[in-house]
Amino acid sequence: MSAICRQQRLASWLGAGLLLASVVLLLLGASVGSTGFESVLKAWNDPVALQIVWDIRLPRTLGAWTAGALLGLAGAVAQGLFRNPLADPYLLGSASGASLGVALALVFFGVSPFATQWLVRLGLTGAAFAGAVGAVLLTLMLAKGVQHTLRLLLAGVIVGVVLGAFASLAMLMVPEVMQAMQAFMLGSTGYVGWTACALMAGVWLLCMGGAWMLSPVLDGLSLGEATAASLGLPLLQMRAALVVVLALATGTAVAQTGLIAFVGLAAPHLVRSVAKTTHGRLILLSSLMGGVLLMAADMLARWLIAPQELPVGVLTAMLGGGYLLWLMHRNSRSSAGASL
Amino acid sequence: MKNAMHSIAIHAHAIRASLGNVQILHGIELALQRGRWTSIVGPNGAGKSTLLKVLAGLLPHTGSVTLLGQPLASLPGRLRAQQLAWLGQNETTGDDLTVWDVAMLGRLPHQPWLAAPSAADHAAVEQALRATQAWDWRGRTLGQLSGGERQRVLLARALAVQAQVLLMDEPLANLDPPHQADWLVLVRELVQHGTTVVSVLHEISMALHADQMVIMAQGRITHQGACADIATHRALENVFERRIAIHALGEQWVALPKVS
Repeated sequence: MSAICRQQRLASWLGAGLLLASVVLLLLGASVGSTGFESVLKAWNDPVALQIVWDIRLPRTLGAWTAGALLGLAGAVAQGLFRNPLADPYLLGSASGASLGVALALVFFGVSPFATQWLVRLGLTGAAFAGAVGAVLLTLMLAKGVQHTLRLLLAGVIVGVVLGAFASLAMLMVPEVMQAMQAFMLGSTGYVGWTACALMAGVWLLCMGGAWMLSPVLDGLSLGEATAASLGLPLLQMRAALVVVLALATGTAVAQTGLIAFVGLAAPHLVRSVAKTTHGRLILLSSLMGGVLLMAADMLARWLIAPQELPVGVLTAMLGGGYLLWLMHRNSRSSAGASL
Repeated sequence: MKNAMHSIAIHAHAIRASLGNVQILHGIELALQRGRWTSIVGPNGAGKSTLLKVLAGLLPHTGSVTLLGQPLASLPGRLRAQQLAWLGQNETTGDDLTVWDVAMLGRLPHQPWLAAPSAADHAAVEQALRATQAWDWRGRTLGQLSGGERQRVLLARALAVQAQVLLMDEPLANLDPPHQADWLVLVRELVQHGTTVVSVLHEISMALHADQMVIMAQGRITHQGACADIATHRALENVFERRIAIHALGEQWVALPKVS
């Protein structure tokens, strides 16, 4: 039994490590910014410093964690659902749908002189969410449901390409929206406030509960669809529920932070490289990993060229791409070693 | 008549099934006895695997299948999964689950949703892993196993269900001869304890160890009879266009290819 315990122990240690890293990064995140650690020290006496820490740094740091946690969760669900380690949360067209939603909102409302900043923000978030969910629904419609994984995958790719083309077309026709669109497409946690934090945390709890309950289906599916069906699992209904979890988690994260690349793809891989475990634990650990990754990336984005700030999506793309390259290199080396 | 029905584990009537636009099974009639081992054989493309999937309720079809006296189509999935275990052929499997976790999946039909495995589940998994001699690798992941080792783990998963009916599609794939012999002993033990075993096999000599043989060609059953019957041997040679010959070797029958 010790060999099984070892994997479980590794998973437990990883979970504890990720929780600890989350707390440390949260404290660090509250300290990074143009006024530095000074604001934290003055926060008790200086209302401005308190406002900087409480209203700006903490919500964006926690927001980065919750958005990353949603993407990590969605990534693990997508990879289990499609039985493909390269699946990411945007696979069902949600990223392009969100882009198109934001592009249309900017074209029709965002650049209007009558729009207040608050209204624009709320409108853009809502448009991104509606676009992401709409794209997933369109994918489901084209795939005629969730019964055939391959058809679902292909429909997702098609919807992604077509909606992405429409979003580009909108930008070409109204070039004024291009800058705002670019900020959305590069991803940013800069606008996340307490309301967005609470919303993402609520959705995270909901999605985590749902994914945990559905995780035995993903374990069954890892042995093949027919084997999973032979175990008496109601695949159709459960697959549909998993798609809802995937769409809700991705749509919420994208709506609040824009398109953040690679977190959803890399988080489950990083977890698997440490501990092999069932999908219930994998989803939870991937979610924690996603939170830590995005929180760390957010801090780096604020710190690297301070007082300027890098778009966090650029950092995650660069780090995530580098990680995948390293993974490919490692895998090809171990394959070569095995063939010798 | 009632007794006869009670002795039947699976009854299939007028089964027709298609893959895409191609009809594979053409009106299959089949009755498989309880507590016996039946092997299904036939040339490539005869429809053996398709028939097994239909009998497991995994493929849409016309006609009716009865499992242990109950219509398969009206059985709740969970109840069906408790009564019938299925081991598929060439299913791509994820590499990240441990051997123990894979075998424990066989207990899903018996467990309340999200409940921790009971002592009975642990005992069933241990028994299955020991029976397939996979116990020593229980902490390893599937990705760390060879093809034959992986096959033994998947067999353990099917055994862990402890179902009354066990359907296996090419269970000997990737197994070396000693482990094929172990599988044979295992099946014999299962049958002795009342389990109904149905296996699709390409190894004709192994299939001849079964109690009954169903011979298929082009989506139809061409012969059904006892493996020891000469009529079954002749039907077997015929279905393979007389390119094999059945010989007696000690107390067993072996099929040898005829080389011209």
